[in-house]
Amino acid sequence: MTDAVNDTTPGERSRALLTFAVAAGRFLLMLAITLFGLLAVTFFIGRIVPVDPVLAVVGDRAPAHVYARVREEMGLDLPLWHQFAIYIGNVFRADFGNSILTSRPVVEDVVRYFPATLELATLGTLLGTIFGVPLGVAAAVKRGKFADHFVRVIGLVGYSAPIFWLGLLGLLVFYSKLGWVAGPGRLDVTYEYMLTPVTGMVLVDAALAGDWAVFRNAISHIALPSALLGYYSLAYISRMTRSFMLNELSQEYVTTARVKGLSETRIIWGHALRNAAVPLITVIALSYAHLLEGSVLTETVFAWPGLGRYITNSLQNADMNAVLGGTLVIGIVFVAVNTFSDLLYRLFDPRTR
Amino acid sequence: MTGAPLLEVEDLRVRFHLRTGTVEAVRGVSFSLGRERLGIVGESGSGKSQTARALLGLTPPPGEVTARRLTFDGIDLLKASRRTLRSLRGGRMAMVMQDPKYSLNPVMTIGKQMVETYLAHARAGKREAREKALAMLEAVRLRDPERVFSLYPHEVSGGMGQRVMIAMMLITDPDFLIADEPTSALDVTVQQEVLRILDGLVAERGMGLIFISHDLRLVSSFCDRVLVMYGGKVMEELASGDLSSAQHPYTRGLMNCLPSISGSSHPLPTLERDPEWAK
Repeated sequence: MTDAVNDTTPGERSRALLTFAVAAGRFLLMLAITLFGLLAVTFFIGRIVPVDPVLAVVGDRAPAHVYARVREEMGLDLPLWHQFAIYIGNVFRADFGNSILTSRPVVEDVVRYFPATLELATLGTLLGTIFGVPLGVAAAVKRGKFADHFVRVIGLVGYSAPIFWLGLLGLLVFYSKLGWVAGPGRLDVTYEYMLTPVTGMVLVDAALAGDWAVFRNAISHIALPSALLGYYSLAYISRMTRSFMLNELSQEYVTTARVKGLSETRIIWGHALRNAAVPLITVIALSYAHLLEGSVLTETVFAWPGLGRYITNSLQNADMNAVLGGTLVIGIVFVAVNTFSDLLYRLFDPRTR
Repeated sequence: MTGAPLLEVEDLRVRFHLRTGTVEAVRGVSFSLGRERLGIVGESGSGKSQTARALLGLTPPPGEVTARRLTFDGIDLLKASRRTLRSLRGGRMAMVMQDPKYSLNPVMTIGKQMVETYLAHARAGKREAREKALAMLEAVRLRDPERVFSLYPHEVSGGMGQRVMIAMMLITDPDFLIADEPTSALDVTVQQEVLRILDGLVAERGMGLIFISHDLRLVSSFCDRVLVMYGGKVMEELASGDLSSAQHPYTRGLMNCLPSISGSSHPLPTLERDPEWAK
């Protein structure tokens, strides 16, 4: 029998490899289709809206011949499908055109702004998960008791209070009055250009450089906005955790665990939560993707140079190249987060392997 | 019955206080059990499963359990601390439930679930627990225990799953086992095999067994004594050999409903229930 077991090992390994290859292939195909659709929709909407990108460049007092020349230079005199073909061709060369607003290549802008959003969203999701899951578990275990109502109220406030209002309030209390945290922006002006960007995420770069003064300052800046986003996702995550846990706690295998004489701690965290974690992965991933889209309001209140603000500003200025580039990044992020949660799902639930 | 009774139950009541009023699921059940097999039969809702859960202290909230006497090996189960109850559960009392598809944790390997049970009660290392689990899997006649040990519950059939469940519940050598409809979720062909394994293990270890079922014939062939329950009460207690001399109209009704191979019975007999019995 041991021979048989040994025989299956290489087979299983190659099967695992095949599964991985299929998953990777599916990911790329899904990515391609999603991004193409996303670009097409955004592109055509951008061309159809009655905003003239030429005017955004030349201003509304330019003489007609200047206007005509710029229009030609921007390729706007060509038929729409031709414009789109040219754009897609450029995209394949990683050329997203220049942003009108910043007059830098869009790629450069995205590389600059996306890490700020990534940093904020990741920290926010981490905080939301670390606090949201235990709160949800507690609410489910103490169903109908004080803890349950307490968690419900916390969640309700997180859901319903406007995030920019909470942000302003937070700045007022913790920055202006108490002085516990630093104000808007990612770093104090003094530290602004001390770091050479590697990942673009200030916390990571500072840690890599071993510059702890910058690191501390960055933490002080990010604490409030990330806590705010964390609270927002906590509201959602704790609510969902509660309902998943209630479902799991009523399952027969929980009774089995009790019959076995296991401790309640073990039953709740080891058995029920292990099962509830499976649908929770999707919830957390969705919430993460949502934050990665850029939380425009939070980024605005905290003067956080993130992607959400970048896209919103560009949109208001008819800067379609920037909007398209930013949208593409969000598309990639969405597909990537979904694929990652799919993989985690498989890890947590043996039935889906 | 050998020696002093293992389990003594007197006037056991299980009530659920709901918003709509109080429901009494078990109403004054009394019996005692030695190292023998006691069958409990009754239709759905007769209180047989709630009786079993009350014995293990697993009545789901908002249930309330009262009894004039509820002792296991001299330990008062109603007054025992949670800690004592926990060490009794799984250690000295165990239960096999209806459907292994739901009663095993789907995201944990069979081996891990068994080892966990053993380690919760025995002072032992991981290696010893693993050895013990493999031995138990062999005892329930599973081929290739090593392989079954590393499988997840969804990877085994219903019959295998129930054998795993039996192995897991007996891994700590309990004195007393409740089998709550252990075969009703299984194919008929597998039922006999699982029962035979359960029978062998219970006999070999001299355990007390409560076998809950709605199958009167099965219970009478498997157990020494039979309690017939209806509406949360014991209608009749019989030695399984004396089933044919049952007095109570409910028991007689149940027996009349058993299908027979010879002769057709038209119209099919229906079970007459008298609300008076439950009063």
